[in-house]
Amino acid sequence: MSLTSYFMEATYLIASILFIFALKGMSHPETARRGMFLAEGGMFAAIVGTLIGAHIVTWVWIIVGLLVGSIIGAWMAIWVPMTAMPQRTALSHAFGALAAALVGIGEFIAHGTEMGGVTRGALGFEIMLGSLTTTGSLIAAGKLQGIIYGKPVQFRGQNIINLGTFLIMVGLAGFFWIHPDAVIAFYSMLGVAFVFGVLLVIPIGSADMPVVMSLLNSYAGLASAATGFVLGNNVLIIAGTLDGFSGFILSVLMCKAMNRSMTNVLFGGFGAVIAESTSNAGGVMREISLDDAAMQLAFANQVVFVPGYGLATAQAQHAVRELAELLEERGVTVRFGIHPVAGRMPGHMNVLLAEANVPYSSLYEMDQINPELPQTDVAVVIGANDVVNPDARDNPKSLIAGMPIIEVDRAKSVIVLKRGQGRGFSGLENPLFFKPCTSMLYGDAKSSLTHLAQAVQHV
Amino acid sequence: MNPAVLIASVYVFALAAFLGYQVISRVPPLLHTPLMSATNAISGISLIGSLVLAGSKGYTMPAHILGFVAVTTATVNVVGGFGLTDRMLKMFKSRNAKKEETK
Repeated sequence: MSLTSYFMEATYLIASILFIFALKGMSHPETARRGMFLAEGGMFAAIVGTLIGAHIVTWVWIIVGLLVGSIIGAWMAIWVPMTAMPQRTALSHAFGALAAALVGIGEFIAHGTEMGGVTRGALGFEIMLGSLTTTGSLIAAGKLQGIIYGKPVQFRGQNIINLGTFLIMVGLAGFFWIHPDAVIAFYSMLGVAFVFGVLLVIPIGSADMPVVMSLLNSYAGLASAATGFVLGNNVLIIAGTLDGFSGFILSVLMCKAMNRSMTNVLFGGFGAVIAESTSNAGGVMREISLDDAAMQLAFANQVVFVPGYGLATAQAQHAVRELAELLEERGVTVRFGIHPVAGRMPGHMNVLLAEANVPYSSLYEMDQINPELPQTDVAVVIGANDVVNPDARDNPKSLIAGMPIIEVDRAKSVIVLKRGQGRGFSGLENPLFFKPCTSMLYGDAKSSLTHLAQAVQHV
Repeated sequence: MNPAVLIASVYVFALAAFLGYQVISRVPPLLHTPLMSATNAISGISLIGSLVLAGSKGYTMPAHILGFVAVTTATVNVVGGFGLTDRMLKMFKSRNAKKEETK
């Protein structure tokens, strides 16, 4: 081994350590930024180390690639609005997975025939995970951006076709593993994996996006880790595994927050079949005027806002912060109760509210806010539906039975901000809306909140 | 890959998984979006594999071109991922920090 190679390996070790420190910093908002600087330093060291130590002979592709990538990346970092964070994240899962898949194909072209059994096995994993994550994430990004119809796409025998595709993909990988010179099997595996990625994500509805995002996150990471096995590179294994496990932990948390199993999310096609058992929640929805709502809020002791995806679509995060500040000036205690699966990705609501300058000490997790609700005078639900649906708790026949909810119905009164009288994207009826303590404020969340703020000022 | 290297790699994988579990379960839900963005940027480390493919000796032209695309997408993730994570984390302010700012 030459001196430059030792140098390269040293930068990889440093990068691995810094990455772990960076994730450790993520345990608190105050240390998180410093942690990320460490990770950036580690990444930079690893790149410089590679450029010095990896016997680079052709610089053109590298320089152009780094330049183009940096320009697009910087453009994304600066211009992507916080409301578009879910689709941006899905897109970056696709990019990361594509890079892993391409490195795999390149390795196959260059050293395919001389690979040992273990490397070939790892290569198979890398190609399968990389390709299916690429197309799957692109579909997810398309759904989130609204380019692709967001409702689950389902057809008869879907699960059988998906399972069949999966088995063909794995079968081809196995064939390639036994026959290293089976070039056709290799490329067929690649193609089938691309198709499988599409099939995997199209039946999944918008409400399940947090789980899917986390799963794709996990796959993208594991694809990188598999790349590490193919190249015999430890820093890739470490970084990829960290990413993979992070995504895995998040998807388990998201599933728990919906009281559903992973298989149910992936193969259940939630939102397409609506059981009749939920339709018995009839009654009258009581509408409330802006002035009455403002009065209730202004004279409350404690107000809890519960945001959902509707907050993001209406871009109402700034409006709610203004209202919250006005209420706080009047001496009202204002809190935000955030359900783990509110929004389209883990932590979506927190980021939006932080963007609007809501201090993180006002943001409460579900388990922290629930004991507060009986003492709460007004709970304001903004564009959320399933996460406050009392059916999940009370009706064992409900499709979302057992899903932990934010129990706004325990508050003294509830104001629901909603665009219209229709059901939410899950299609479930929500008995909360018919409770005597609940009143509805129809209209676009942003304008409702802005008008509420004006009305509160005049109280 | 010889058996000794394989075993070492499996060790690295298992330890990283264990460490990842320990570290990441301590991340509060508050920071789950930045966490996803950050781990994404970190797994952009596959950039180093792409660099080798795009420019190292012993690789043919088709491999170089695949490497070029991989370098581009991985760089987008690294630059965009770290940039966005920092932009997000900057927004998370405690009540005190916010008050100081308005003063």
